[in-house]
Order: sequence, then structure tokens, then C-alpha cells
Amino acid sequence: MYVYDEHDRQMAAERVAQFRDQTDRALSGELAEEEFLPLRLQNGLYIQRHAPMLRICIPYGMLRSAQLRRLAKVTRDYDKGYAHFTTRQNVQLNWPALENVPDILADLAEVEMHANQTSGNCIRNTTTDQFAGVQADEIADPRPYCELIRQWSTFHPEFAFLPRKFKVAVNASEHTDRAAIQVHDIGLQMVRNEAGELGFRVHVGGGLGRTPMVGPVIRDFLPEFDLLTYMEAVLRVYNRYGRRDNKFKARIKILVKALTPEGFAEKVEAEWEHIKDSPTRLTHEAVEHIRGFFTEPDYQSLDNATDLLAKQRFENREFDQWLSHNVDIHKKPGYAIASLTLKKTGIPPGDVTADQMETIADLADQYSFGEVRVTHQQNVVLADVRQDQLFDLWQAITPLGFATANLHTLNDIICCPGGDYCNLANAKSIPVAEAIQRRFDDMDYLYDLGDIDLNISGCMNACGHHHVGNIGVLGVDKKGDEFYQISLGGSSHHDAEIGKILGPSFAREQVPDVVSNIVDVYVEQRTAEENFLDTYRRIGIKPFKERVYA
Amino acid sequence: MPDVINTHGEIRQDQWQVIERPVEGEVLTLPDDQPVLIPADLWLAGDYAGNDRIGAWFDSHEEPEILAGRVNELPVIAVNFPKFVDGRGYSIARILRERLGYRGELRAIGDVLLDQLHYMKRCGFDAFTLRADKDSGKALQCLNVFSNSYQAATDNDLPLFRRRAS
Ligand code: SF4
Repeated sequence: MYVYDEHDRQMAAERVAQFRDQTDRALSGELAEEEFLPLRLQNGLYIQRHAPMLRICIPYGMLRSAQLRRLAKVTRDYDKGYAHFTTRQNVQLNWPALENVPDILADLAEVEMHANQTSGNCIRNTTTDQFAGVQADEIADPRPYCELIRQWSTFHPEFAFLPRKFKVAVNASEHTDRAAIQVHDIGLQMVRNEAGELGFRVHVGGGLGRTPMVGPVIRDFLPEFDLLTYMEAVLRVYNRYGRRDNKFKARIKILVKALTPEGFAEKVEAEWEHIKDSPTRLTHEAVEHIRGFFTEPDYQSLDNATDLLAKQRFENREFDQWLSHNVDIHKKPGYAIASLTLKKTGIPPGDVTADQMETIADLADQYSFGEVRVTHQQNVVLADVRQDQLFDLWQAITPLGFATANLHTLNDIICCPGGDYCNLANAKSIPVAEAIQRRFDDMDYLYDLGDIDLNISGCMNACGHHHVGNIGVLGVDKKGDEFYQISLGGSSHHDAEIGKILGPSFAREQVPDVVSNIVDVYVEQRTAEENFLDTYRRIGIKPFKERVYA
Repeated sequence: MPDVINTHGEIRQDQWQVIERPVEGEVLTLPDDQPVLIPADLWLAGDYAGNDRIGAWFDSHEEPEILAGRVNELPVIAVNFPKFVDGRGYSIARILRERLGYRGELRAIGDVLLDQLHYMKRCGFDAFTLRADKDSGKALQCLNVFSNSYQAATDNDLPLFRRRAS
């Protein structure tokens, strides 16, 4: 993992001092509310329905156990003893007091954490695959590039007041996309060209929200060292020409659409021509320097524990299920990737208490070289677990509720905080997730259904990524009442697609029935090899519509 | 006269007056007792080169490229921030400096607040007229709030990764 040097530490300390001064001026009235607004947003602080909310950055989802312990302490010292993992690999505190925020940031800076640019109209935290560096099929480890982007974008003087927020994601796997790059403002897919050189395929202008779009490719191959100059060109074109007259038309996707992807690409290339050979062009040494922080941990040379695991699976059916659903293959023989579920029926998805954070930190120390990753599906990953210790780990986490073997099933719901916490919401989202989880509580049935992404957002802002759920649920306001619109066929993976709206919306109590009906149609129509999305793509939306509105 | 602050936080006063774009059909009228900043396209269209009492200004939606090849005929160029959250002026400044090679004074005008000064300085501004209600005495601290930076900009063309490597 990246470790700060004296430059990083100095800038982090200066940032805290700056925000302390700004907070003082805001509290004394010297800084008007609208002047303080973008400053506090760029320090992660926004005012929510109940209180200020602080969004803390977890760069590309990686945490050391010491950082997790500090987070736990901060939630106890300044908040109600729990936090919420978001769908963008960040963590939120829901009740910090404004005047305490500089102290919180100072406490976090001590463990190399911050809340920079986690909100506001600037370049946000770069996200990536939670299995980065440990999966066999990746082109290269994406994390060094994420860190280079983090450094380049941190306090970028030209791009602190963009038309709107700007999100970047990087994916390195050839076959999967766990980072949903095609629904980001810039999505970078690592590729190799015919000569075997490393680079990126560049998608621009994807996004959810009011005008959901899959980001078109504007460059098939961008050589790796050109990453930052090219991004600077994209951002400059956006900063200059993105719309500023209407908040809902200000994202880069609207500009890309207005200019057409080809027209936009031309403008970027013309801008890039001027700066591609500037000192911002990456060097071999710079990339190697950062890559040096993402070396492999001290793996032992082991064989796969195939026989042992087979025996344990045979003896214990629940362990068998957990292994099938929550454990993934590691690139190193003898190791495995274990996902801990933070989603239990009745608990808001992504919520974690201070005690749980400390427990996870202990588990990370004991089983996974002291590192933890958070996922955009709001779960937590121990990426380097020895196969012969999986059973121990499973036993340790089962009583804690982290071993619910529901990953990727219909019950592994992505859900935004919704009307219970968020003042932009049209409707509550958490009780809907809960009602669906209660309806589908038979694990065997869930396994039989296979992978289904069900995503819920409480409003058009789409923090719950409903557009790219195979089944999407969106809270809408109908004359003051909370209703829910259902969409089908979305995907955030390599085959990214925006879901289609099924029809008129439903009252909250109806949603579990609607989901049941949809699932029934799939079960009746599927062939042996098909998952939900395959069946939907083959038969289209009509049979689902007919059943649901019968 | 508003205070003008330089990159060292020093405060002076000067006479440069910003002349608004005349409404359709009106002609530009200039006071003759005072140096003026006029809309950049009007400067270009007029015959002002060599007059060191006439500078130009850009609004945030305008294109600095129109001055390509001529920037250094101007004693002062100003860039207007209609609202402090309008970030286009930062790009305009960098293009004037880094692409068009402008060496004269580059002045930030309009909704210029303390907490943006550091970013403006990094993008090549070297003169600032704060909005009237802001305290010029705090400018120095805000200009120097960071002693280092990750990325290259006008003030330092070496990004930290190149300085680290050497
Ligand atoms: S989707 Fe809407 S309701 Fe949900 S967290 Fe985002 S803004 Fe709030």
C-alpha cells in the first residue's frame, strides 16, 4: 500500500490547518455560507437531513488495519460509534459536529487518511476493482495508476471549480469489471496493444443520475505514460466547455453528448497535442517508484489446500456454501480472497459499528497481512487469506454476521442511505431492501436463482446505482407519497447497460411482490445455462411487464 | 480604487479601470485620464498596440486563444471571475501563460475571494483585486497556504513525481 513521504505529510497537515482556519471564519460569520459551501464539500463535509455528514476517503478502497482502528476511534470520539461504507469506496460519518471536523481530519491525517475532494465539483476519489493485485487475470496492477491519479488530482489548481463532480474509475481485469468504469466520468480500462505495451482504453461521459449513460470510448489505446497529460486535456476541455447554467446538465456526459463522442475526442486530442510532452508526462521512474508501494506481501510458497478444503466442505455444508459464494480465487497457490458481508437483514447496507471495525482490523492482522479493502457493493474484503486458514476465518466471522453467504445473490443488495438519512431523497430505500431480503430468505432458492444485481436508490441521484442493477428500484415522489419505479436489464460490468423502466411505479408494500413476479418469470423461462440477465436479454421486457401488471 | 495584491501579498493601489463591454450599438468610450482594461476582442479589433495605458480583459466564457501571437503587446491582462465557483478563469490563465507565452501582469478580477488565491497564483495570476468586502491583510497567508504541490502548473512546471525521482 502507498505510504506517505514527507511531502504527502506536509501537504496533509497544511490542508488540515487550512480547513481549521476556514471553519473558524465560517463560524465567526466572516465567510458567508455560500462561500464556505464548496470549501467544506471539498473537505468531505456536507449538511444532511439530521446533521453534518463527513465523507472520508478510502483511496481506491484500500485500508490498513491501523487506519480502520483509527476510524473506529473517530466514530466513538466524535460520532455515534458507527459509520457507513458507500458505493464509491468511501466511508461516512453521519453525525459529526461542524466545529469538531478539523480535529477529526487531524486525527485521520495521523494515519495518512483524509476527506479531500470526497464531495463538491472537483475530481473525486479514484476507484478500482477490490481484487486489484490479487487476481490472476489482470493486465497489470491498477493501484499504482490510481495513486498517480490521486496525487495529480489532489488540490489541482485548475480543476477545483469544475461545472460538476468528476469521478474516475480504473479496471485492470480482462474479463470482469467490478469497478463499473463505464458509468464514470472517465473510465480507464487497462489494455495491452499489439506490441505488448501497457495502456488504457478511455471511456468518457458515462454516469448515472438523471441522464444515465454508458461512457463511449474516445481513445482505444492511451500509452501508460500519457495517462495524466491526457486526463488533463479531458478535464480542461470539460472545465472550459461544460455547461454551468444548469446543474442537471453540467456533468461531462452532457457535453460529450452535445459534441458527439467523436467531436469531443477531437477537442481533447487538439488540447492534448499542446501538453502531451509537458513534464506532466509520466516517466518510467515515477511509475516504478509508485509501483514499489504495491509489491506483494510476504506470501509463503504453498500448494493449494484442495484436499483439506474438500474435506471441510464435505463435513460442513454451510462452510461449503460460504466458500462457493464469498471466496474467490487468488493468483497465488494456497491463498484465497474472502469477502465479508456487511449486509444483514434489518441493518442498513454498508453500516458498520466501531466494534465491528476493530474486529475486522484484528481479522486482517491475523489472516490477511493487515490489509482490508472496501467494495463498491458495500462489503469488505480480506484479499490474502491462506486457504488452510479459511475454515478458521469462517468460524471466526460467522457469529459476527460477516459470513452471510449471499454475495452476488438477489439479497446482496446495493442500497443508498435514502430517506432515512438523506435530505435529497424522494423515498426511503433501506426498508425496501429489508422487505426484499425478508421475502427472499431461503438461501437454497437464492443460490438456485444465481447472480442477480438488485440496486436501490432513494432518488434520481442514483447513489444506489439503480440504473445498472439487473433489477433497479428507484424512489419517486408521487404527489407527496413515496413510490418506487422498477427497471430491468441494467449492468455495470463489461457489458454495461442502462436498465429499461418496466412501467408505472408501485407503493412500498408492493415492491417485494413485484420482485417475486419478476423472478418467477425468469425461473419459468430460463435455460440451464442462463443467469437472470441472459434470460432478460433473450426474452425482452414484455413477459415481465405482462406478469407484473397482470 | 480597489487594493491590488501581488503574489507576495503586498498591497498597492493603482488606476487601472475595467471598462465593461458596451451594449449593442454603443461604441467604446475611454476616459483619457486613466489606464483602462477593455474587452480583449475589442482590443484586438482596435488599434491599441503599443499603448501601455490600455490593457485587455477576458470574461470567463471567452477564448484566450484570440490573442495568440499578440499577448506580449499588452501591459496588463485581466480575467474576470463572475462567480468564484466559475472555474474557467483558471484554464484561461494557464493558456495565456503556458501556451501563449504571456509575460506581463495577469490580474484576477471579479468575485475574487481569499480561499481561491492560492489556486489562482498556481495558474499564473500575479495580481489580484479581492472583492471589496474581503480582508486584503489575510491574502498573504492564503496565497501561501500550501508550501508544496503534487502537480505541475504555471508556477512550477515540475510535478512532484519528477522532483521525487531526482
Ligand atoms: S440516491 Fe438520492 S436519496 Fe439516495 S443517497 Fe443519493 S441523493 Fe440521497
